[in-house]
Amino acid sequence: MAKVSMARWFALGLALALGAPTAQAQQPPIKIGELNSYAKWAAFTVPYRNGWQLAQDEINAKGGVLGRKLEIISREDGSTTGDTTRVAEELVTREGVSLLFGSFLSNVGVAMADFANQKKIVYIAAEPLTDAVTMAQGNRYTFRIRPNNFMQVGMLVEQAKASGAKRWAIVAPNYEYGQSAAQVFKRLIQERVPGAEIVAEQYPALGKIEAGPTVSAIEQAKPDGIFNVLFGPDLTQFVREGNTRGLFEKKSILSLLTGEPEWLLPLKDEVPEGWTVTGYPWDQITEPKHKAFIDAYRAKFNDTPRLGSLLGYMVVTMIRDTIERAGSAETDAFIKAMQDAKFDTVIGPVTMRGSDHQASMGAWVGKLALKGATGGMADWTYKDGTPFMHSEAEVKAVRKD
Amino acid sequence: MDLSFLIIQSLSGLASASSLFITACGLTLVFGVTRIVNFAHGSLYMIGAYTAATLLPRLLELSYGPVSFWTGILITALIVGAIGVLIEVLLLRRIYGAPELFQLLATFGVVLVVQDLVVQVFGPQDILGPRAPGLRAPVEILGRRFPSYELALIAAGPIVLGFVWLLLRKTRFGILVRAATQDRDMVASLGVNQALLFTGTLFLGAFLAGLGGALQTPRVSANTGMDLSIIAECFVVTVVGGMGSVPGAFLAALIIGQLQAFGILIFPKSTLVVVFLLMAFVLAVRPYGFFGRPEIVGGTHAVGIVSRTPRASGTVAALIVLALLACLPLVSDAYLLKVATEILIFALFAFSLQLLIGVGGLVSFGHAAFFGLGAYGAALGVKWLDAPMEAALPLGILFAAAGAALIGAFVVRLSGIYLAMMTLAAAQILYAVAFQWVDVTGGDNGIVGVWPSTWASPRNAYYILTLILCATAVFILKRAIDAPFGYALRAARDSEPRAEAIGLNVRRHRWLAFMLSGAAAGLAGGIYAFSRGSVDPSLLGISTSVDALAMLLLGGIQTIAGPLVGAGVLHTLRDQIMPLTGLWRLFLGVSIIAMVLLFPRGLVGTIRHWREERA
Repeated sequence: MAKVSMARWFALGLALALGAPTAQAQQPPIKIGELNSYAKWAAFTVPYRNGWQLAQDEINAKGGVLGRKLEIISREDGSTTGDTTRVAEELVTREGVSLLFGSFLSNVGVAMADFANQKKIVYIAAEPLTDAVTMAQGNRYTFRIRPNNFMQVGMLVEQAKASGAKRWAIVAPNYEYGQSAAQVFKRLIQERVPGAEIVAEQYPALGKIEAGPTVSAIEQAKPDGIFNVLFGPDLTQFVREGNTRGLFEKKSILSLLTGEPEWLLPLKDEVPEGWTVTGYPWDQITEPKHKAFIDAYRAKFNDTPRLGSLLGYMVVTMIRDTIERAGSAETDAFIKAMQDAKFDTVIGPVTMRGSDHQASMGAWVGKLALKGATGGMADWTYKDGTPFMHSEAEVKAVRKD
Repeated sequence: MDLSFLIIQSLSGLASASSLFITACGLTLVFGVTRIVNFAHGSLYMIGAYTAATLLPRLLELSYGPVSFWTGILITALIVGAIGVLIEVLLLRRIYGAPELFQLLATFGVVLVVQDLVVQVFGPQDILGPRAPGLRAPVEILGRRFPSYELALIAAGPIVLGFVWLLLRKTRFGILVRAATQDRDMVASLGVNQALLFTGTLFLGAFLAGLGGALQTPRVSANTGMDLSIIAECFVVTVVGGMGSVPGAFLAALIIGQLQAFGILIFPKSTLVVVFLLMAFVLAVRPYGFFGRPEIVGGTHAVGIVSRTPRASGTVAALIVLALLACLPLVSDAYLLKVATEILIFALFAFSLQLLIGVGGLVSFGHAAFFGLGAYGAALGVKWLDAPMEAALPLGILFAAAGAALIGAFVVRLSGIYLAMMTLAAAQILYAVAFQWVDVTGGDNGIVGVWPSTWASPRNAYYILTLILCATAVFILKRAIDAPFGYALRAARDSEPRAEAIGLNVRRHRWLAFMLSGAAAGLAGGIYAFSRGSVDPSLLGISTSVDALAMLLLGGIQTIAGPLVGAGVLHTLRDQIMPLTGLWRLFLGVSIIAMVLLFPRGLVGTIRHWREERA
């Protein structure tokens, strides 16, 4: 045994000595696999792709990572769990990528987390927000950068406390993301706002809301606050009906993600003013580092950034930092370097918690306001994610590893 | 619950019913005349919404007022009507001679193409259209505000119904449409220009779809999910009302609108399933919907496998293919093996459908029910009983067979398109159960951690296992097709009265066929679950059913090897095209359309036809 390893060391030394000058120029790139729903959820995923492409270009222009170029191989994931895991397998076995990131839908994210665990390859969830990815279905190989449902709802519930509303109605799309957000809200509002009760719940099928009946059913329960998880076309329909029928008057409305440009822009001038939302007020960011990212993005793509753009950019720069610290993109080293790591990102310091692999990235919380022909956010603050995360005890109780 | 609330709620229901009726009415007319199950109807509706959302703001800029708004709606409907004509002339007209259902595959190709084209033409972002001028403000009804545009919509439904009624009753075109709905062959024999009639009908159908889409503009932003979200409901409306019956569609839409408006008060999560429960209930009571009539005796679905003397060369070829497949692990990498495993699974899935459609003449649009039951049966076994793979797979088969026995018992009373829709309803109800029953099924996250036993977990071991199981199942099904049982099924397919006259119990044979086919599909589902380690409700979804149907039709409905080849071709295509481009749906759709045009009897069927013609 000793002989063999001696010989290996010798060979390695020889290779380094002889090969170093040429290897410098011809080092193979570090390959990273990316997969997302570019066909079905183009409105969200295309700006996100722009974001990671920007990061990739910047990194490679500065000489790459560890002297090697960063090569991101991107694939369409077909938006279903079956297609996604097949495509992921292709990236791993055919392209030989070192790690994976991406995905949009929550259920696809859960399937990817399981895939990562089975194949022992790192997966960084991009958009899936369900707590399951880092909690019940979480595992050693799965990480998430964005604040999960529990954190974002927690930020909104804090606002609910301030509003004084006690009778709450919930409207959420009937699938994993909506259901889990509604559940978290029910739990947190009862824990944190004494005397609060849920008086109505509506769960329209995703993309198939019957807005009129839904609005009047909520109205009938006479709530003084509404918690909304709808997004996309369902939200537009709900807002139009609600505005016409006066549902939102004199009520506190909390709404998840509605302040993000990807969901706000399609609403045009029908933005429901005064809603308390989580979102991304990119137009009012003054911090130099963040501003530089926004300017670079606008210059390169001739478009305004969405939250997805920021996310794509952040995920890739954090991957770069981790690989640099780990000294390689090898799975175990990467996981070790990622756990409890502190990152200096464009939005400020972010920590990747070791116990549940959830980053402390926060969200911008503020009120919706109409600015000219489109909506934006006002009175916003950036809330760091750390105080809103699941408690360590809870993580330990739920996670199986 | 006070009266004013109930009235408002039912008015909302009426508004939804109106817009649903306008769209569905086009579908039912097209089906009545051409017998085409037009999957692309939802796509036309979506094009209507996008066109209106883009066109209306420009018109309103020119001159703001109700006139330009409603003109814009009309122009949009005309544009979409023209697109319908284009689809008919360029595509459907060329394949009227093909077996029934084959047009369905073509329209499925159109759906895929339109999904990507819409993003290319109109951009990825949802487009919010303008509100209707003059109808922006709400009206006060019993102290509650109600959008005035919804009132306009409520009126639009009966107006369209009136126009269509006049058109059908008072014009020559209408008379021909009604005649063709009753007996297409007779109309043709009387020397009516069918091409023109069909083009006209497609125009009318597409016009109505476009109108339905355009009328949604003030309520909904145009988005890329509209096509699929409307099409299932449209099918329900046409079937519940009776295929081809316009007043039936109106009544059905009214009922569905009210059910949804009040259903959400009692079961807030019911929207997924309520329409399909209604369909299942109506078909169980009235097998032809409200106003539908039985299909003509000797029905038109009698296309399928025919008798031919078995040739020794066929057996030899099958053995050679099997041997080659068994050698695949020697030369291929892990990923190719995964794709090959999936192809084998889908081949069995499509083949099990062939027993129903090709042999029994029982068109199932909900075959995913059995595939999904098999997968869930296996996964539930693993999750709740800690069963190893060896026990979970048979459990899945049992699940699927039991489900098929239950569903089959309801379904065999029906025929033709009604039967197809009943299976679809059953699959959708199961889908909703898997989706809602979170505690047991894990909701739409599904169940993860369904991995095979250690000995079978290496890729090549699992591939060989899949090959053995699928080949055995296909062999057994093939024996059943060649046995008296298969002949009895075919007799019933070709002529039900004659089959009954010689003493065959048609319903029992069909029921058994459902169970056999369901068990085979369940086996495929179980193997699939273990191959990817998880199950989720999409396995029970419409797209899975359409997959099986597309594979079968692509390969050839009249041949034994057809579904096997079709599964191979379609899955390979998808696997090859998807990584290449973001426009994969466009390319896949175009490939399907190209194959439909080049191989109007399916791949295997057409090649055999060429060979026979030469001989």
